[in-house]
This record gives sequence, C-alpha cells and structure tokens, in this order.
Amino acid sequence: MKNCEYQQIDPQALPTPTPTPPHQGDDKKKETKRPRRKWEVFPGKNRFYCDGRIIVARQSGVLPLTLGLILVTSGLFFIFDCPFLVKHLTSCIPVIGGVLFVFVLITLFQTSFTDPGILPRATPDEAADIEKQIDNTGNTSYRPPPRTKEVLINQQVVKLKYCFTCKMFRPPRTSHCSLCDNCVERFDHHCPWVGNCVGKRNYRFFYTFIVSLSFLTAFIFGCVTTHLALRAQGGKGLVFALQESPGSAVELVICFFSVWSILGLSGFHTYLVASNLTTNEDIKGSWSGKTGEDVTNPYSHRNIFINCCSVLCAPMPPSLIDRRGFLPADESAQTAAADIEVPNKSETNVCTQGTKGLLESAALSPLLSTSCPQGKSQTAHPCPDSNPGAVNSDPSPQLSEGCGAHHTASLRGDSSHTHHTKKRSKKCKRAASHIPNPAFDAPAPPTSPDTGSGSKARGRKGASLASLH
Amino acid sequence: MAETHSLQDMRQQAAVAAKVFIQRDYTNGTVCQFQTKFPSELETRIEKQQFEETVRTLNNLYAEAEKLGSQSYIEGCLACLTAYTVFLCMETHYEKVLKKIAKYIQEQNDKIYAPRGLLLTDPIERGLRVIEVTIFEDRSLTR
Repeated sequence: MKNCEYQQIDPQALPTPTPTPPHQGDDKKKETKRPRRKWEVFPGKNRFYCDGRIIVARQSGVLPLTLGLILVTSGLFFIFDCPFLVKHLTSCIPVIGGVLFVFVLITLFQTSFTDPGILPRATPDEAADIEKQIDNTGNTSYRPPPRTKEVLINQQVVKLKYCFTCKMFRPPRTSHCSLCDNCVERFDHHCPWVGNCVGKRNYRFFYTFIVSLSFLTAFIFGCVTTHLALRAQGGKGLVFALQESPGSAVELVICFFSVWSILGLSGFHTYLVASNLTTNEDIKGSWSGKTGEDVTNPYSHRNIFINCCSVLCAPMPPSLIDRRGFLPADESAQTAAADIEVPNKSETNVCTQGTKGLLESAALSPLLSTSCPQGKSQTAHPCPDSNPGAVNSDPSPQLSEGCGAHHTASLRGDSSHTHHTKKRSKKCKRAASHIPNPAFDAPAPPTSPDTGSGSKARGRKGASLASLH
Repeated sequence: MAETHSLQDMRQQAAVAAKVFIQRDYTNGTVCQFQTKFPSELETRIEKQQFEETVRTLNNLYAEAEKLGSQSYIEGCLACLTAYTVFLCMETHYEKVLKKIAKYIQEQNDKIYAPRGLLLTDPIERGLRVIEVTIFEDRSLTR
C-alpha cells in the first residue's frame, strides 16, 4: 500500500505550546508579515479560491466538459427550439427549461465547490496518543498501530481502518480518497464530472444535480423531438426539419445518448438513498452478505422515508477543516516546517495518469465505458456475454466482487495505470448488465449495439466511479 | 486556600504535563458521541462524576444538533426547493448548536476545569474526532 509509508512518531518532536514572553516574539513578528489562513497550509491535494471560500480537487477532471455540454445544449435549446415551440405550443416551455437549467447549474457548482466532508488530519499529539494506547505491556513506546479496530455498531461488527496518511482510525463510512489525499466522511465516490469527491456534505447537492439534470435532459429531448416532428409535418420530412434547425440535431444526439445514463444514474442513487448506502459500500458489497454471514446495513433506519430524509434532509453538517480560520502565530511556523517534511505520495503519478488515461482510453475504444459509473452501466453497451433476457438475472454481487476489488485497490492507490485499464474493461462488460436493485423499477434499457454511445453519453454524466483512476 | 488558576494565567504560565484524548463512541452509528469512560490520567485531578457529566451533556448537545425531526425535514425541503442557496445566507441549525456547545465548553473551563489545572478543547477544533483534555502542571503541589 503506497500510502502506508508509516512514519514513526518521535516523542521528542512533539510540539508543546511553550509560552514565549512578549519581547522575544518581536523577531518572529517581523518574519510573518500577515496572519496566514488555514487553507494555505492544508495538507490535502485541494485547490482553494476566493481566499478559501471555494474548494476543489486538484485535478478538475472533466468539469469544464460537463459545464460546456450543459451550456451548449441548453443554449442551442433556447436559441433554436424555444422560439418555434413558443409560437406553436406554449410559452411555458422556455420557463420550465430555464428553471431546470438554473437548478442544474447551481447544484453543479455547489457539488463541485463544497467541502465534501473532509476530515482534518490528526494532530501529532493525537497520533502519538493512538500509538501509545496500543501498547499494553506497560512500556510507553510508540509502535505502528494495528491496521484495523473493531467496533459494534447497532449490533453489527464494523472494522475501522487506520489511515496512515491522516494518522487516525477512520470513522465508520469514511474513506481516504487518493486523488484528493483526504479522508472524506461518508465517502460516496470521487466524481471527475464534477471535479470533486462526493461525501457527506455535498451528497444532497450531487443527488439534486443528477435528478434535475435527468429532468432537463429528458425535457430538452422531448421538446426537440416535438419540434422536429412539428416541422416535419405535412410531408416535408425529417431531413427538411433538420436542415431548418441544425442546432436541434446536435441537441438530439447529445440528449439521446445522455438521457439513458443520467436517468440510470439517478435511479441508482435513488436506490442508494432509500437504503442509506454509499456507492463505495454498494460496490464493495459491505452489507450484502456475500461473505455468508448475516450482515445488514447498520446505518439504515429500516424505513425508506426515514432513510431518504436522513440522507437528504438532515441538518447540514459543518465543514471540519475551517479553511478561512487564521493560524495561530506560533503554529504557522511549525506547520510550514511540517509541510516540507510531508512525504511525496508516490500514488500521485498513478492518479494523474488515471485522469489522462480515462480520456485517452475513452478516445481509443468507444465500446468501453471509461467512467464506468454505476448507473451509466445501464446505457446501451453491447454486452457480448449476456442476452437481454439474462440482464436482470445477473447478480449484483458478481459485479461487486469485480468492482469492489478494483475500487478498493484504486482508493488505496495500489493499482498501477495498466492495471486500471485492464480491470476497467473487465468491469465494463459486467457493468453493462448490472441493474441496481429491485427497488429501482425502471425497465432495463435496451442493449442495442450503439457503439457510439460510450463516448457521447459520457458527456452528460453526472457521476462516475472515477476513483477508478 | 488553593489559588484558582484563571484560564489566561494557566495558558501563559503553566507547562503542559500531558494530554488526554476522549475518543468517539460509534455504538450508535455515525452520530457524534464521545466515550464517557473516565480516563485514568484524570483521576487525581477531577471527580469522575463531574467529568462524565460534562461529556454526557456534550453528547446530548451533539445529538440535538444532528436530530432528525420535523423541523430539520422542513428546513431540508425548503433548502432543496431553493437549490440550497439558503445555506449561503442562513445559519444552519447545526451551526447554531455548535455555538451553544462552544459557550458551554468555555463556561465549563472557566468554572470547573481551569481551577483544577485542566483545559478542554472544543472538539470542532479537532475535526469532531476527540475531546482533547490538556493537563497542566500542578504548581500547587510544589509548594
């Protein structure tokens, strides 16, 4: 495990707040010209804008592409289709379209620019304390703690893992994102389409984003179809209609290929919300009982309504990283020194390659769903080893196994780049037949041989398992 | 008889003898609760009852912050309808309770812990992971 390069804590190096008499502090005051804010010394791989108000992942992923596609499609809709439809149908159409468009943009920005629930790293004192506790022979020595610790949550045994980067036992449902190099609470997945992790604090924004985007896509698709149908009336033909309104052709193509994936994704996340699961847990099959034990999700309230409310309507938790807080004067010098000592995580290269690799392999093979998202898997991918009849019967644990191993591996930054692409192709073939569970009653999309769908549909994706890289 | 150390005096003059960390208690899930088990290092400094009372009150306050009730549902639905833009202008329920917690900890420190040479750090400053109790050197023992 690359991020397992454990650094033994030196007890002598622990900083203790020693009081400094005022007159000795003058030298230090001359050096630190202005008080620094905490975001400036933040150890994770995030970027901050507007003096710490806006936080994004280091790599923006394909957020510009997502934004571009939404703006272009909506722009074409308002320019080409709305005038005609207002004249021939009703003027409600641009109003509804406008409301949906604004909703989509606002929730997209909130998903991208909000702290997903990053846990600040343990202070050196805390980290030393954890290690000290483990030793029970009576000697106070500092040893690397065991990897896992078991706790009982609602009569269910849950293993808490020790995070070597953040130097703490991760709370339940927390996972370390190798792309952002942070532990994120209630980690769902890292989404390159929004350029950020999706976790406890921004899951509701993300969910609203994909639901409103599916409405917007479906709405535009419907309107464009109506528009072209109306134009083609009277024996004029579709070609004539397309020539008159070329923008509609572009919209039609984008929407046709996106609507399946976005709708599928929304459906999948609706299932996750209703059962109080995260994508991470679903992929790994943590609570599906595949190990043969009688395991149930200990976080579920056993009631769909309460689950939905607790995920979407619970009080908004605060940001724990206090980006805009000021560093105490004596600590800013210490943290500056500590920054230099932080080891360079070697999985950085894997992650950087990952995103590029995503786009490269996408260009190379349209058959492969590169973002291979849980929901996107339902799009029209040709799945050679299954027939439409068998689609529903393909058991999800099978997928979980294949994806789970991959997903976990990528989260830990273990897999190399080539490993990613191999696993991805295997996963994608299986993913095509994955249907998110019985709670989702939508009909399975036709597995029609649309080879172009892979690259196009990706464009409007709300989320994906991009932690694959 | 015993001089009561004021919080300011303590921070400026006393040296830190040790730090005790009260970890989170996950038996009820991911809600923010801390273990009420009394750490042995504090045995000489404060009564078990008093300390457990403090932790229990904190636990209740955090439970109140995260409570799923009709009020939070209404707030959540309203926020959703406005595309969550209300979060930019309104103080959330959780933040209101956090302020209450900060005040409570300040009050506890002033009245109970500082006179005993202890200092509680607000868990929010440690990412809600631990309650850090700083034990200062007890000068009164050297007299």
